[in-house]
Amino acid sequence: MKPSTLRHPARSLLHAIFSTHHRNVGFGYLAISFIAVAIGTLLSLAMRLHLTWPAWHFPLHGLILPEEYLALVTMHGTLMLFFVLTVAPQSGFGNLILPSQIGSRRMSFPRLNALSMWLTALALAVLLAAFFVPGGAPMGGWTSLPPLSATPLAGPGEGLGMDLWLASIAIFCIASTISATNTLTTIVKLRCNGMRWERLPLTVWGWFTAALLSVIAFSVLLAAILLLFSDRHLHTGFFLPSNDLINGVLLQHRGDGSPLLWLHLFWFFGHPEVYIAILPGMGLTSMVLANFSRRRIPGYRLMILTTLLIGFLGILVWGHHMFVAGLNPFAGTAFSISTMAIAIPSFAKVVSWLTTVWGSHRTPSSAAATSRFPTPMLFALGFVSFFIAGGVSGPILAQPILDEYLHSTFFVVAHFHLIMSMAGLFGIFCAIYYWAPLLIHRTLSEPLGKLHFWGTLIGAYSTFLPMHFTGLAGEPRHYAQLNGLAGPGMTLLQSTMPLQRHITIGAIGLALAQLPFLLNLILTLLRPAQPFDNPWNATTLEWAPGSLNLHPSNQSPVVHRGPCQYTASGENFLTQWSELTPSQPKPE
Amino acid sequence: MPPTLTPPEIDRHHHISDGNNGHKPPTDKRTGGNGDGDGDNWNNRPQGHRGPRERLAQARIGLFFALGGDLMFFIALVSVFFVTKASGHFDAYSHFINEWLPTAIPSILWLNTAILLLSSVTAEAARRTMFREHDAMDEWFGIGRPITRRATLWLSLTLLLGGFFLIGQWVAWDQLAAQHVFFRSNPSSHFFYLITVTHAVHLFLGIVALIAALMILQLSRSLSTRQVFVDTTVWYWHVMGILWVFLFLLLVYGQ
Amino acid sequence: MQASSIPPTHGFWNLPVNAARHGHVLDAQLLLNLWIALALLALAHLILFIGLARRKRSRTPSLLLVEYLPIAAFTILLAALATHSERLWATQRFTGADLSAMQVEVTGMQFVWYFRYPGTDAAFGTTRLALASAANANPLGIDPTDPHGRDDIVTSQLVLPANREVDLTLHAQDVIHGFSVPQLRLKQDATPGTTTHIHFTPETPGDYAILCTQVCGLGHYRMQAILRVLPPAAFDAWLHTQENLHAQENLQAQTASTTEAQP
Ligand code: HEA
Ligand code: HEA
Ligand code: CUA
Ligand SMILES: [Cu+2]
Repeated sequence: MKPSTLRHPARSLLHAIFSTHHRNVGFGYLAISFIAVAIGTLLSLAMRLHLTWPAWHFPLHGLILPEEYLALVTMHGTLMLFFVLTVAPQSGFGNLILPSQIGSRRMSFPRLNALSMWLTALALAVLLAAFFVPGGAPMGGWTSLPPLSATPLAGPGEGLGMDLWLASIAIFCIASTISATNTLTTIVKLRCNGMRWERLPLTVWGWFTAALLSVIAFSVLLAAILLLFSDRHLHTGFFLPSNDLINGVLLQHRGDGSPLLWLHLFWFFGHPEVYIAILPGMGLTSMVLANFSRRRIPGYRLMILTTLLIGFLGILVWGHHMFVAGLNPFAGTAFSISTMAIAIPSFAKVVSWLTTVWGSHRTPSSAAATSRFPTPMLFALGFVSFFIAGGVSGPILAQPILDEYLHSTFFVVAHFHLIMSMAGLFGIFCAIYYWAPLLIHRTLSEPLGKLHFWGTLIGAYSTFLPMHFTGLAGEPRHYAQLNGLAGPGMTLLQSTMPLQRHITIGAIGLALAQLPFLLNLILTLLRPAQPFDNPWNATTLEWAPGSLNLHPSNQSPVVHRGPCQYTASGENFLTQWSELTPSQPKPE
Repeated sequence: MPPTLTPPEIDRHHHISDGNNGHKPPTDKRTGGNGDGDGDNWNNRPQGHRGPRERLAQARIGLFFALGGDLMFFIALVSVFFVTKASGHFDAYSHFINEWLPTAIPSILWLNTAILLLSSVTAEAARRTMFREHDAMDEWFGIGRPITRRATLWLSLTLLLGGFFLIGQWVAWDQLAAQHVFFRSNPSSHFFYLITVTHAVHLFLGIVALIAALMILQLSRSLSTRQVFVDTTVWYWHVMGILWVFLFLLLVYGQ
Repeated sequence: MQASSIPPTHGFWNLPVNAARHGHVLDAQLLLNLWIALALLALAHLILFIGLARRKRSRTPSLLLVEYLPIAAFTILLAALATHSERLWATQRFTGADLSAMQVEVTGMQFVWYFRYPGTDAAFGTTRLALASAANANPLGIDPTDPHGRDDIVTSQLVLPANREVDLTLHAQDVIHGFSVPQLRLKQDATPGTTTHIHFTPETPGDYAILCTQVCGLGHYRMQAILRVLPPAAFDAWLHTQENLHAQENLQAQTASTTEAQP
C-alpha cells in the first residue's frame, strides 16, 4: 500500500481498513484492544461500586443482580486478558514494530495477518453480543468451569451467552494461532543481514517466546472448547460425571467425564497465556531501561536465556491453579516445585533491570529528551515495580499448604492485577509513549505523560495493595455481595468493608488517571506531524532513518552489532545499523 | 538525527556486551537461512524479495509452526481419549463401572488408509516435478509447460484419491450408523467420531488447498508461485497422511 | 462459646483467628512468607531508588556479582521455603485420616451445604441422585432400601467436637463448589462425580463461617453455612438429641410409607 497515492479521504480510509500492510493491521489490533480496555474498565468500575454499595441503583440500569455481577466479572476478565493483554502487546505492537526492528519491511504472510486481525475483531463482536442475548453474559468466570458452563440449567447466562463466549474464544484461538505463526516465520526468515539471533533486541525475543507459547497453548484451548461445546449440545460427557443433578433436572451421560479434565486442559492453556501477556512487556522494559540509562544490559545472553526459560517452564506449571481442586497431593508437590523454579528466571530479570538503572542518573544529551526520566522510562520503571510487587506473592501462592488458605481469595486477585494487569498495562503505555514518534510522528506531551504516570501508579497501588489484606481476611472471589446474610460469614466479610471502600475509591482514581492520557493523545494528534528523527537516541533498528517507510527498492539495512552499545560515560552510542568500528583498530 | 559517534571504548567493552563476546570476529554473515551462499544475485535484494528460495522457505516454516499448533490440538484430543478410556465410577454395589465399549473399526478404513498413503505418493510425485531443474528451465524460457502439465496430472490424481478417502470415511460412518453406533452412543464412539471428523475436516481443507494449487498451476504465470503453492499443499497433505496413520493405529489398537 | 465476640481478624496481615490444630504451623509459614515478601519488595524498591538517585556511574559490574550470586541466594531462599512447606503439605495431605477419626459427609449443591452424619451404625447409606429432592425432605437422595441409610442424620449446620480428628468426605451434586472455612485454614473443592477427603482437628469451640469459594452460579455469594465447634461433652449431647429425633422421624415416616406406597 502506498498511502501517498490516495487522495480521497474516504477512499484512503477504505484502503487502510482493507490493507494488508502490517502497520494497518497493527493499528487495527490496537483499536480492538482499545475498545476492549474501555469496556473492561467500565465493567470493573461497576463491579467495584456494586461491591461497596450493593444497594446503589445504577443510572440507566438499576440494581445489579448477583448473576449480573458475575457476568461483569466474567466479561471483564475475558476482555482484559484476551482482548487487551494478548492483543495489544503481542499482535498490536508485534505488527507495528517487530518487522522494522529486525530490518524487514513486512510480515511473512500479510494476507493471513490481516485475516487474523479481522477474526480477532469478529471474536470481540461475538463476545460483546453476549451482553444482549436473553439471560445475558455467562457468569462462570474467565475459566468457565463445567458443569456450570456445560448446561443452560446451571443459571442465567449459561445458555446462549455461554455459547457466544465459546464461539468468541474459539475464533480468538484460531486468530492467535495464525498470528503467532506469522510472527514466528517473520522472525525466523526475515531478519536482515547481520541480524543474528543473539543480536535480536530483547523485545523480539519476548515476541518470539510468546508466539511459541501461543502456538502451543491456544490449540489446546480450542480442543477443550470443542469438547465443551459437544458436552453442551451433543450429549457427550467429557467434563461431566455420568449423573449430575442440576436445578432439579437429572442429567445423564454415557461415560464418566470429570470437570477436572477441563481444569487440566484450561490451565495448560491458561498459565502460558498469562506469560504470553507479559513476555513482550518484559522485553520492552529491558530495552527501554537500557536506552534511557545509556547502559548495556548486563548479561544480555542470560536475559535471552531467561526469556526462553520462563516460556519453557511456563508450560509445566499449570497445576498450581488446581492445588485444592482435587489434584492428587503428590502432583501438587511436583507442580509446586516447578512453579517455584519459574520464580528464578523471573528474579534474574528483576536483578538485571535493577542493575541496568543503577547509577543511571545523568544529564540528558538530546534535545527531545529534556528530562532525566522521560515518560517511557517512567512507565518501564513502573513495570519493574509492579512486576516485583505482584511477583513476590507468586511463590507464596505456589506453596500448596498456603494456597489452601489463599486460593480463590482476593489475595490471588491482588497478585494477578499487580503482576499481570498493571505490569502489562504499563508495558503497553511504555510502548505507546516510547514508539509514538514512529507510530504517529509526534512525541506525546511530557507533562501530561508524567501526570498520567503518577496518577496511574498511585491509583493502581491504592487499588490493588489493599486487596491482599481483604484476601488474607478471607474474602472470596466472585462474591456478588458481602452483606445481607446473618452469621459468622457476614461478620467475616463485613470486617473488610473499610478496605473495600478504599479499594473502590482507588479504582475510580485509577480510571480517572487515564483522562490525561486520552487528552494527551488527542492534543498530540491535533498537532502537525514532525519530521522523523530518533528522539530517544535509540540503538535498535526501528529507529533507523526511513525504517518505517522502507520501500522494496530501498537498500536493505545491514546490522553490525547487538543493541544497547553505549560508552561507559553513556554519552556516545553505536546504533545497530551504523557502519563504523568493526574494522577499527582497538586502542590499548 | 543526532550523530552517532564511534568512541573507541565501545570496543573495549565487547567482553561484557552481547553476541560479539570479544572472541569471535564480527562476520556479519547472512541470516535467515536463505540463499545458501551459492552466489545467486538475490542476495543483494532486500529481505522478502530474494526470490523463489526465500518464498519457499518462508512458506514451509510458516506451515511448520501452524502444523505444530495443530499437532497440539490432536495431542489434547488424544490425551482426553486416554483419560476417558480409563475412567469409570462405582455403582451402588461398589462395582467399578466403565462404560467404554470399543468401537468396531469398519474394515473400509483399512482401504481408506491405503488410499491416503497412495495419495501421498502421487502428491510427492507432483511436488518433485515442480523442482526438476531441466523442466524448470523450459518453463522459464517459455519453451513449454512440462512441469505444469505433469504436476497437474499428479495433483489431480491426488485430489481424486483424497476424494475417495473422504467418501470412504463417509461410508464408514454410514456403516457404523447402520449398526446403530452414533456419536452419542458411547464414550468410545465419541472419540471415534471426534477423531475421524476433525481429521476429515483437516483433509477437506487439504482438498481445498489442492484445488487452489491446481487453479494456481493453470493461472499463475510465476513459476515460483506455483512451486510454493504445490510444495506447501503437498507437505500439508503428507502431514495429514501421517497423522491419520497415527490416529488410525490409535483407534485400531488403542481402544 | 460464641465466636462473634472474638474480632474476626487480627494482626497486621488481617488474618482471622485460627481455630484448627494444623493452623498454627500454616500461619507461621504464611506469616514468614509474607514478611519475606514484604522485605524483598522493600529491598528491591530501595535498590531501585538508590540506583536511580546515584549520580556516579559505576563501572559495568561483573556478572558474577550482580547476577549469579543474587540468583543463587534467591534460589536457596526459595528452596528453604519450599522444603518446609512441602513437609507441611505432606503431613496434611499425603496420608488419610486416622481410622478413629469422626466421619462426616459434606454435600454442596446450588446454593446450600448439607452435612451427613453416619448415625449409630457408623456407616453411610448409599445415595441416588434420582431420589434427591429437597421437597421430599431427602436432599441427598438417601436410598431408603439401604439399611445403613436409615439412621443417617442430615443437617444444614456442621457441628463438630473440639480436639478430635474429623474426616470430611466432600461431594457436589451439580457443579463445583468450594468448601472453605477461613478460620480453620481449610479449603477443598467439592466436585460432582468425585469424592475428596480432608481431615483436620478443630481446636477452639466457637461458630465459624463456611464459605463457598468456587463460583457456582448466581447464589454463590450466599452459599454460606455455619461450622459450630463444641466442647466434646456438649457435642455428644447434641449428637444424642439428633439421633433420637431422627429415630422418631423415621418411625413416623415408615408407618406413613407402608400405608401409601405399594408398587
Ligand atoms: C489486563 C487485565 C486486567 C486489568 C487491566 C484489570 C483492571 C481492573 N480490574 Fe480486573 N480482573 C482481571 C484482569 C484485569 N483487570 C481478570 C483476569 C479477572 C478475573 C476474572 C474472573 O475471575 O473470571 C479480574 C477480576 C477483577 C476483580 C475480581 C472480581 C471478583 O472476583 O469478585 C476485581 C474487583 O475488584 C477487578 C477490578 C479491577 C479494577 C478496579 C481494574 C482497574 O485497574 C481498571 C483501570 C483501567 C485501566 C487503568 C486501563 C486504562 C487503559 C487505557 C485507557 C488505554 C490502554 C490503551 C490501549 C490498549 C491502546 N478485577
Ligand atoms: C502476567 C501474568 C502473571 C505472571 C507473570 C504470574 C507470575 C507468577 N504466578 Fe500467577 N497468576 C496470574 C498471572 C500471572 N502470574 C493470574 C491471572 C492468576 C489467576 C488466574 C485465575 O484464577 O483467574 C494467577 C494465579 C497464580 C496462582 C494460583 C493461585 C490460586 O488460584 O490459588 C499461583 C500459584 O502458584 C501463581 C503463581 C505465580 C508465580 C510463582 C509467578 C512467578 O512467575 C513470579 C515470579 C516473580 C518474582 C518471584 C518476583 C522476583 C523479584 C523479587 C523477588 C524481588 C526481590 C529482588 C531483590 C531484592 C533484588 N499465580
Ligand atoms: Cu457453591 Cu460457590
Ligand atoms: Cu499460573
